[in-house]
Amino acid sequence: MKKQEIKLACTVVQQVEEICDKHGNKPGELINVLHECQALHGYLPEEMQRIIARKLGIPASKVYGVVTFYSFFTMTPKGKHPISVCLGTACYVRGSERLLEEIKRILNIEVGETTEDGKFSLDCLRCVGACGLAPVVMIGEHVYGRLEVKDVRKILEDVAAQD
Amino acid sequence: MKILSINDLNSLRKRAQQALALREESSDQTSEMCCGLATGAEHLQVLCCGGTGCKASNSHKIVDNLKAAIEENGIADKVDVITTGCFGFCEKGPIVKIIPDNTFYTQVKPEDAAEIVKEHIIGGRRVERLLYVDPKTKQTVSDSKHMDFYRKQMRIALRNCGLIDPENIEEYIARDGYQGIANALINQTPEEVIDIIKASGLRGRGGAGFPTGMKWGFARGYESDEKYVVCNADEGDPGAFMDRSIMEGDPNSVIEAMTVCGYCINAHKGLIYIRAEYPLAVHRLKIAIQQAREYGLLGKNILGTDFDFDIEIRYGAGAFVCGEETALIHSMEGKRGEPTLKPPFPAEAGYNMKPTNVNNVETLANVPIILTKGADWFASIGTEKSKGTKVFALAGKINNVGLIEVPMGTTLREIIYDIGGGVKNDKEFKAVQTGGPSGGCLTAKHLDTPIDYEHLAASGSMMGSGGMIVMDEDDCMVSVAKFYLEFTVDESCGKCTPCRIGNKRLLEILTRITEGKGTMEDLEHLKVLSETIKDTALCGLGQTSPNPVLSTINNFWDEYVEHVKQHTCRAKQCKALVTYSIDPAKCKGCGACARKCPGNAILGDMRKPHIINPYDCIRCGICKSTCRFDAISIY
Amino acid sequence: MEEKNMINLTIDKHEVCVPAGTMLLDAAKTVGISIPTLCHIDLEGTCVKNTPASCRLCVVEVEGRRNLAPACATRVTPGMVVHTNSARVIRARKTVAELMLSDHPNDCLTCPKCSDCELQRLVMRFNIRKMPYNGGEQSERKQELTPAITRNMEKCVYCRRCESVCNNVQSVGVLSAIRRGFNTTIAPTFDQMFTDTNCTYCGQCVAVCPTGALTEHDYTNQLMDDLTNPDKVVVAQPAPAVRVALGEEFGMKPGTIVTGKLATALRDLGFDYVFDTDFAADLTIMEEGAEILQRLNKFLAGDKDVKLPIMTSCCPAWVNFYEHEFPDLLEYPSSAKSPAQMFGAVAKTYWAEKMGIPREKLVVVSVMPCLAKKYECGRDEFKVDGNPDVDYSISTRELGRLIKRANIDFTNLPDSDFDSPLGESTGAGAIFANTGGVMEAALRTVYEVHTGKTLPHIEFNNVRGLDGIREAEIDLNGFTLRVCVAHTLSNARKVMEMLRAGKLNYHVVEVMACPGGCIGGAGQPYHHGNIEILKARAAAVYREDEGKALRKSHENPDIQKLYKDFLGEPLSEKAHHLLHTHYFDKSIH
Repeated sequence: MKKQEIKLACTVVQQVEEICDKHGNKPGELINVLHECQALHGYLPEEMQRIIARKLGIPASKVYGVVTFYSFFTMTPKGKHPISVCLGTACYVRGSERLLEEIKRILNIEVGETTEDGKFSLDCLRCVGACGLAPVVMIGEHVYGRLEVKDVRKILEDVAAQD
Repeated sequence: MKILSINDLNSLRKRAQQALALREESSDQTSEMCCGLATGAEHLQVLCCGGTGCKASNSHKIVDNLKAAIEENGIADKVDVITTGCFGFCEKGPIVKIIPDNTFYTQVKPEDAAEIVKEHIIGGRRVERLLYVDPKTKQTVSDSKHMDFYRKQMRIALRNCGLIDPENIEEYIARDGYQGIANALINQTPEEVIDIIKASGLRGRGGAGFPTGMKWGFARGYESDEKYVVCNADEGDPGAFMDRSIMEGDPNSVIEAMTVCGYCINAHKGLIYIRAEYPLAVHRLKIAIQQAREYGLLGKNILGTDFDFDIEIRYGAGAFVCGEETALIHSMEGKRGEPTLKPPFPAEAGYNMKPTNVNNVETLANVPIILTKGADWFASIGTEKSKGTKVFALAGKINNVGLIEVPMGTTLREIIYDIGGGVKNDKEFKAVQTGGPSGGCLTAKHLDTPIDYEHLAASGSMMGSGGMIVMDEDDCMVSVAKFYLEFTVDESCGKCTPCRIGNKRLLEILTRITEGKGTMEDLEHLKVLSETIKDTALCGLGQTSPNPVLSTINNFWDEYVEHVKQHTCRAKQCKALVTYSIDPAKCKGCGACARKCPGNAILGDMRKPHIINPYDCIRCGICKSTCRFDAISIY
Repeated sequence: MEEKNMINLTIDKHEVCVPAGTMLLDAAKTVGISIPTLCHIDLEGTCVKNTPASCRLCVVEVEGRRNLAPACATRVTPGMVVHTNSARVIRARKTVAELMLSDHPNDCLTCPKCSDCELQRLVMRFNIRKMPYNGGEQSERKQELTPAITRNMEKCVYCRRCESVCNNVQSVGVLSAIRRGFNTTIAPTFDQMFTDTNCTYCGQCVAVCPTGALTEHDYTNQLMDDLTNPDKVVVAQPAPAVRVALGEEFGMKPGTIVTGKLATALRDLGFDYVFDTDFAADLTIMEEGAEILQRLNKFLAGDKDVKLPIMTSCCPAWVNFYEHEFPDLLEYPSSAKSPAQMFGAVAKTYWAEKMGIPREKLVVVSVMPCLAKKYECGRDEFKVDGNPDVDYSISTRELGRLIKRANIDFTNLPDSDFDSPLGESTGAGAIFANTGGVMEAALRTVYEVHTGKTLPHIEFNNVRGLDGIREAEIDLNGFTLRVCVAHTLSNARKVMEMLRAGKLNYHVVEVMACPGGCIGGAGQPYHHGNIEILKARAAAVYREDEGKALRKSHENPDIQKLYKDFLGEPLSEKAHHLLHTHYFDKSIH
């Protein structure tokens, strides 16, 4: 059996423990705890899940089972500008799949991956509710609507240039 | 300030109604006159849509700019700017409405704000270029009452959306909000309230259409020390966003209805399970809950009675299956969102194994108005077995994308052609998909079918949560089935065999067909597998997941056969089955396409017609969108 | 009140009357209809239960119902009309099984579970002759070979029995469902290997796995090599539980005692000496009993620091469990090694010296009902200069396979006796196989040694049975000895948590990880969810005890001789060196 290396900063560990305490360390609060921890740290590394498991008194395997069940949770850090292509039906019939292909081609990454420079990560989502603007792509908090394939490169370049 | 009695509530309502009077009165009349401060108006209100769709188009900046311009012109005491919920007409968003003359500005940009203030609010002149143009008459229409999009609608669940400020509980109270719970607590027994809901004929708006009053009755019937009221706000159907709009535009209606339900089933705790992807709805709900607590409409001794009820928010985390009520309950318990077999139903053993009543947002939004206007009023709307209205999210290849609410029994034709303004770009209507991944495709022959639970099911689709996606001749129905299967495969929890493996195999077969590699035996397998999955899957998601396949097989069998036998896709959507070619008569040899082609598949000398090498062509379509001479065609 | 109501319904052509609350599956059984199941398992009377209703192979047609109903989880209702064998049902079941095969390696001929596989049996039963959905993507699943357990998740049908036992029965919580959809699988924490987690190797996941996804680590080839190697002296020691279960591998009735045939078969296989772990069980009682008395005497003398209760330490999964989870309580368990390890230590010293066999030439093989024993014999503290006291351990099932491979007609074998001197045993050693057996054996000796009187009743019925936690009080010359017996690790956890909280009021506690004790061990012939098999084995164990001339460990003449010639007395320095161990903090945090 191998001992887990401590990688998280002490402050993060402390904050994670505080989040668990705030929720009364109740096993039923696992999903709320994971949401807050991910908001805190950007992602949910193994060590963090072990801390949560210990605090909530549930097996780490169950925490991992929950983390891997829900698409919202991630165990890998996202890019600086997370891209989400809406593949809801409204966007799909208005061509969002082509946008996705174009983004994959330009950034040379697959869905779920992050570019080597850490600038962009690519995900899909189902419906942001901006169906009137279909097809839409979200980059960070910003929604880009009524996009066409030819707009994609410019937008990515503009976003990259913001840094 | 706490409301301690029904008298407190009524006096507050009276006061709040004064603030809302301008809007209430003007909503009943349409004046041809344009009102501005210069033309005699004393007070104006500017309503700006603050729904997610319009916010994505910077509506919050419009509000900022409007406020700044009003401030600049020193008329802040005469003009209010109010952020409301969704108006529904998302196609034309962001929307700005001027009260009292009801002018309805569409596709407003932040930079238009100064002009609206200067011209309309001060000058009393409409900004013509921001008005809606009727696509049929090509005339501008200044108010929503005269727009086809709104004419056939009846807004009950959405009654307050786009009218009130969702972050101000008093505006909800002004619209008879919390009258239902007040009357119930003081004058009615829980059984009487349940009877009213039963008599109204209200059925679940989340999918299956189970009678709401009966559901409450069951939950009331189980004795327990703890019971729960759960609001299912895990709206996951791609293309459906009515629940989100209600929570963003009228969160108090959900809170009131949950409290009523709590009173009826003897629960003191409510939980709203909401998608984490809906930050704005969460924000508005939190404000509403906070305000309701401050006003004594949530918490201990509601309205001075001995009834206690409070609400907590629980977050989903990106799992469609959690819309299924048992999965939702497991998710709220901090577990994997896997459904379990019913019975036991949540009414018997739900959250923490306690009796639990789960209703969806739209269902709940109907409850307060049923209590104020009466069961008979509600039951008079709709069809024999489907009462009231239904909200649909109209999207796809249609002119007027948006959120609409119509009486049950309205036909598809009325929705698509009258409200929806017909198919986009005058293409031919092919199908409309209702019910999301659990639903099916309806065709031209169903256009005159009245929409209600029974008719949709009989036509091979279902109500679902109310997504309605219009498809035209450019949509390949095999690809549409494949699209939905991709969704189901992504979202299947994986618990039961038919859904976990069966849907994956269905998807593989459909993929083969769209690649021209399908066989007639594959088509038989599609049918057998679909029937088996329908018959054997554990939960509602699994049981309905083959519907998109079965309904497209039933309605578009020829298209499947064409893919298999002739290796053609009539919609030209299946990449593997289409060929791009350059018309030498139209090609000027500019070389633009060749430079953009990622596969270097386009050959030719400058100023001479180019050709596409079909072996290198990856059918990305970039050449076609690049060509300025329309020389590239697909066949 | 509802439970007392009887419900009338029709199943196929039968009128059925069953209590309300009965599931269709059980209702059908009452009229001789056996509906196929796969995910379902219910070892009644124990906590081994898994009813997710997820495999969908037990579906039946209920008139008036839109879709098919899972018989395992659908309650009977009055007037229900059920068809278990309609065309629709048959087609659906077949298609679901075909779907399972489409995400399965289908290498049945070479699969360790071949002929014992529940999926294979159903496929045969459904008369499946084609696999129409094969050729598609296979789900993402891992493989692993630990010293005890072989994991080949390609063969997993996601019945989740293993997850149920790991969590609900054992409370170890290593296994959980991970991911979702097509790639859902059951995996150890963080999708790591068992060896990186706090797996106890109890192997109960293997015991319930319907397919070849979870099986034992097979040592039979290594054993064949050693048996045919003229330079090796190979010694066998079969555990008490093996002799009441091995017969099942040859179609004999569960509960058949095959002790004599076992000895003959081992000899026929080529073992040079056939000894008996039962002997070592008697030895364990001498050491552990002495330790109990030592702590009790200190306690009675007013020693406040003495660690009570003393806990048994025979079960290697239980040892792993407390090393992982209760490192703060490591001073409570007895330091006595398990009987198998005591045997190895004695065989490779006392006996090897006596016989003049060099340690490196001697191969000690244990035949165990257990998979954790495979892990245990690899522990560093049980090796001398890298040479293990017990070289390796094979399971009852592996022995069955070896016997078949060696062309031995087991059912017609004559009986024979174990070799001397490590083959003689008493009834006390025999009952180690059952939960409560170690306690009962210890009590027989502790009572007589402490009181100097002969036991009036040799059987301690209070510590027998299948209840998860049992307790008894024994009068030792006026002192009331309070004892507790727990089986399955979730019950052990309850006991340990009470201990941690200072609320445990016993003097001696016995823990066995497997349901029913070693008779329900993960190396035993598969019970396939039939509790009657475990009950028959348990009864056979007590019959074996009753049939013995001697039934108390301290009366075993070879044990007495071992102490006289070699060890001195229980807890002597030599005994400590050879027969006792120490524990490690292996917690993962």
